[in-house]
Amino acid sequence: MPVMTSFERLSEEEKYKQFMERIEAGEKIEADDWMPEEYRMTLVKLIAMHGISEIMGALPEKEWVPKAPSLRRKLGIMAKVQDEMGHGQLLLRVAEDLMAPLGKTREEIMQDLFKGDLKFHNVFHMPAPTWADAGLIGWLVDGAAIITQTNMLDASYGPYARALKRICAEEVFHAQHGESIILALAEGTKVQRDMIQDALNRWWDALLMFFGPDNASTTGTSKQDITIKYRIRTKTNEQLRQDFFTKYVPRILSLGLKLPDETMYFDKKQGKWIYKQPDWNQFKEIIRNNGPKSKERLRLRELSYRNNAWVREALSGQSAAV
Amino acid sequence: MEGRDSTMKIMKPEELMQHPEYKEVLIELLFQLADDDLIIAYRGSEWLGLAPHIEEDVAFSSISQDTMGHAAMYYQLLEEMGVGNADDLAHGRKASERRNAVLLEEVNGSGHYLHEPRYDWAFTVVRNYFYTQAKKVRIDSLKSCSYVPLAQVAVKINMELYYHLMHWKTWFIQLVNAPGEARERMKNAVAKVLDDFAGVLTLGSKGKKMAEFGLIEDEDLLKQRWIQAMKPIFEQTNLNLPNNFGMKRGNGRNGEHTADLDEAIATLSEVYRLDSLANW
Repeated sequence: MPVMTSFERLSEEEKYKQFMERIEAGEKIEADDWMPEEYRMTLVKLIAMHGISEIMGALPEKEWVPKAPSLRRKLGIMAKVQDEMGHGQLLLRVAEDLMAPLGKTREEIMQDLFKGDLKFHNVFHMPAPTWADAGLIGWLVDGAAIITQTNMLDASYGPYARALKRICAEEVFHAQHGESIILALAEGTKVQRDMIQDALNRWWDALLMFFGPDNASTTGTSKQDITIKYRIRTKTNEQLRQDFFTKYVPRILSLGLKLPDETMYFDKKQGKWIYKQPDWNQFKEIIRNNGPKSKERLRLRELSYRNNAWVREALSGQSAAV
Repeated sequence: MEGRDSTMKIMKPEELMQHPEYKEVLIELLFQLADDDLIIAYRGSEWLGLAPHIEEDVAFSSISQDTMGHAAMYYQLLEEMGVGNADDLAHGRKASERRNAVLLEEVNGSGHYLHEPRYDWAFTVVRNYFYTQAKKVRIDSLKSCSYVPLAQVAVKINMELYYHLMHWKTWFIQLVNAPGEARERMKNAVAKVLDDFAGVLTLGSKGKKMAEFGLIEDEDLLKQRWIQAMKPIFEQTNLNLPNNFGMKRGNGRNGEHTADLDEAIATLSEVYRLDSLANW
């Protein structure tokens, strides 16, 4: 006869109370621990989206891997994009463990992506038409990612916090890789310098959108309140965006680049950056897979998935013969 | 020295000045080695994000990265010999100047890496496995190369090669032994790869001289070693390994190439050509 432990005898409400006490005391929740449904679902959505964004995020940079302009740059960008795929793998493993009690697998994650139910990050819907875009993605998109991920390093869910620790360490190298490409261009010919300014202008709105809307009134929904309540993150979207400005605006200016938002300034009294809001309606369209490159990149992923179905079948030991 | 008639060792590039014929043959060998690795690593990089599963994407891109690193080491040796800047040698040479085997330049499948790629995983596994085994045989021989800087590079490459070979061998055996469609696809890929595999195994018109100078052993001997290594795998998987292989689409060692290489060079040098004098 199975023996009920004292925890199992508690009511749902009591379990919830104990759970909240644990995370408020800074304890880590592990995959097999009891957790409220809302917590599990929030994590699944967040981590699956993060994982799939790493994988979709390889696609814009991948365009430049075969084209990188020197042997050193070829090796650097190959290593960088490989790391991103590795992050995707690591995160999907974390999401898979959370999904297991729901009877779901990676197959569902991929199918949700193709159906448009699982979103990927807004920045990876954008075009990367020049080599400077490849540098800028490493420098500023990865720079922005470091800021949002550092905000979750102490997440209450242990497996995610540990994965992020490793990811953040690698992202620092990526940002240096991107910065090195950008520095070479900034010290180069006029054509090279113009390439970076163009790329910065092109990416500015997407970078602001990267941190998400200030609050739910902007786009209708926002998960930030729930993630803060469950101690998955600490800072709000707007705080993170401000941190990004503080870190990168001086660096952008020191390279002799112009800020794409000419109205922007730091208000000393309020202690914050005043800037022009990006078009949040466009943001909504982008994450609905109506961004400039959404369909094309999804098509790449879906096509490769279908094209390699025979390989997965062979590995699973099932005969492909019908 | 494993029966070689020459015991001469060249320690530094500066010493090559006194041996013009040796230098010429060494340059030829280095271009074959460098161009082979560059183009197969390039084809590997096109697969990025499109591999059968995410774990493979990570592993394959790591292998392509190593292989690109090997190409860079060979081009660096050429640079030190005064042949030209390594980046110019990798990016700036026309197809007719390239010495890679034709098999390695062939596209991964139909479509472009950014538009409707329908890449052939069976062909990729077979090409990479067979090539990596040939590379292993060559590297083992190069470890006692009379040009010591190349022997040292061979020792470094050899360490990574162990994992590459294990990776492709595992894929090969798994897919060949899988029932139905997978085995059929693999058999077709084996036939396709062997049709051009003589182009991988040959050392070109200067091959005899390479052996004479103690740079690398004779190509017939290397070919036999490749067959010896592959035979048990073919037996184990019930496949037939012929004794002779084809060179259907030309000898890359002589600068004979297909349009696939022109297109690959145009892509891999696209940014470099915007301004080949600029610092990137």
